Amino acid sequence: MLAEILLVARKDLRVEWRAKIALGQVAPLALLILVVLAFALDANSSLLELGAGGLYWVAVLYGGTLLIQRSFDVETDDGNMDAFRMSVIGAPSLFLGKSLALFVQIGLLELVLGSGVAVLYNVRVVDWGLLLVAAVAGTIAFSVCGVLWGVMSAGLRVRATLLPLLLVPVLVPILLAGSRAFETALGVRADAGWTWASLMLVIAAVHTAIGLGAFGFLLEEG
Amino acid sequence: MTSAIHGNAKMTATATTRVLGVLAIAATALMTVLGLLVSPADVIQGEAVRMLYIHVPSIWIAYGAFVLTSVSSVLFLRRRKRREDQGRHYDRLAGSAAEVGVVFTGITLVTGMLWGKVTWGTYWQWDARLTTTVLLFVTYLGYLALRRLPAEPIIRSRRAAVMALISFINVPIVHYSVDWWRTLHQKASLSVGRRPEITGEMYWTLLYSALTVTIVAAWLIIHRYRVIRLEELRDEEALAALISSRLKKDDGSN
Repeated sequence: MLAEILLVARKDLRVEWRAKIALGQVAPLALLILVVLAFALDANSSLLELGAGGLYWVAVLYGGTLLIQRSFDVETDDGNMDAFRMSVIGAPSLFLGKSLALFVQIGLLELVLGSGVAVLYNVRVVDWGLLLVAAVAGTIAFSVCGVLWGVMSAGLRVRATLLPLLLVPVLVPILLAGSRAFETALGVRADAGWTWASLMLVIAAVHTAIGLGAFGFLLEEG
Repeated sequence: MTSAIHGNAKMTATATTRVLGVLAIAATALMTVLGLLVSPADVIQGEAVRMLYIHVPSIWIAYGAFVLTSVSSVLFLRRRKRREDQGRHYDRLAGSAAEVGVVFTGITLVTGMLWGKVTWGTYWQWDARLTTTVLLFVTYLGYLALRRLPAEPIIRSRRAAVMALISFINVPIVHYSVDWWRTLHQKASLSVGRRPEITGEMYWTLLYSALTVTIVAAWLIIHRYRVIRLEELRDEEALAALISSRLKKDDGSN
């Protein structure tokens, strides 16, 4: 199964590497969102420092949604969904493979955005351990939710508007937990940062369990 | 409208549903009298307490409707390959219940905001109960949007069924949010295994309101189910007519 998961992930990452959409278009756009959010707060440096955790995750939400959308667009545009259905690779491996590929892409996006926040919002990290665990937990949760909801809208004519409508309410708890954990890690809030990071892992675990069970149903045709 | 639909023109109203409809109207009238005239004002909340006779039963019914949506979705997924109609009956039931659930969640939000303006002095607070209820509302709006997409019906229904099951996770989160987090929203007025927070006329009015709202919801679900079935029949007949006219045209040209 591990070989199948890696095969699917490698396939997605290779497609992405050739097209360079994530780093060439989505990451700059997400950085631009960070700048626009700063304008919205009148570039008030103390406000930006206080809200950096939340603003970072809003930018991840925006960029992540675009990456999730793209992850399924490349499958449906070339009729790859049929290839998936006929493939000997099991639905759980497909689900985990696509999740792994998205994890890598969203992780890279977060690295770019993290650097952006550090420079533009002038933040200081007080707990690197919490910051890294929260980032990894949030990325896992984003990826598995993204694959589960991405396949739900795959192949439908209005998927560009449907996916955000379905996905954003599910991602809000991750955004909330990620913001709280980051605020603790950045020293702007004395809160249970580790509890919020654990909550993101719970969300990831629940969606992984659902995805492993339901991905096959969602791939079925007719 | 084509012949089969005319033949089933009475499908949205039977003798039973007419009785249920009349019962719903009478029960709602009595609920209005009990809620506005018989039940007393609250010592702390004053007259605003009367809003709760709609607000609280509405969210109970919404929960119930979402339970029905989930159970029907499970049955649809289990029977989609076994039954002759591919479990469409359960799919229709899931859709009708979700629509009614969304309407009652909307009523809960609106009455809650009005109650909040009178009691808290503001329509909205970023409180765990209010925020999770909005998320529940938006999630099921997404479910209804998915059900209305132009796609192969069986694929659309299957995806909607899986989405219904995932969306249901929000229901216990909304319900227990007042226990799990510190919220401005008060704790449940009535809950299993706990002494009721209200007594006397208020208690009975609330229970009666719950019964009334249940009757109204049942009436709505039955009618929505039948309307969905009629819509499917209309689409099937339109497709059959299109194929038939195409075949005739092909015969004529040969």
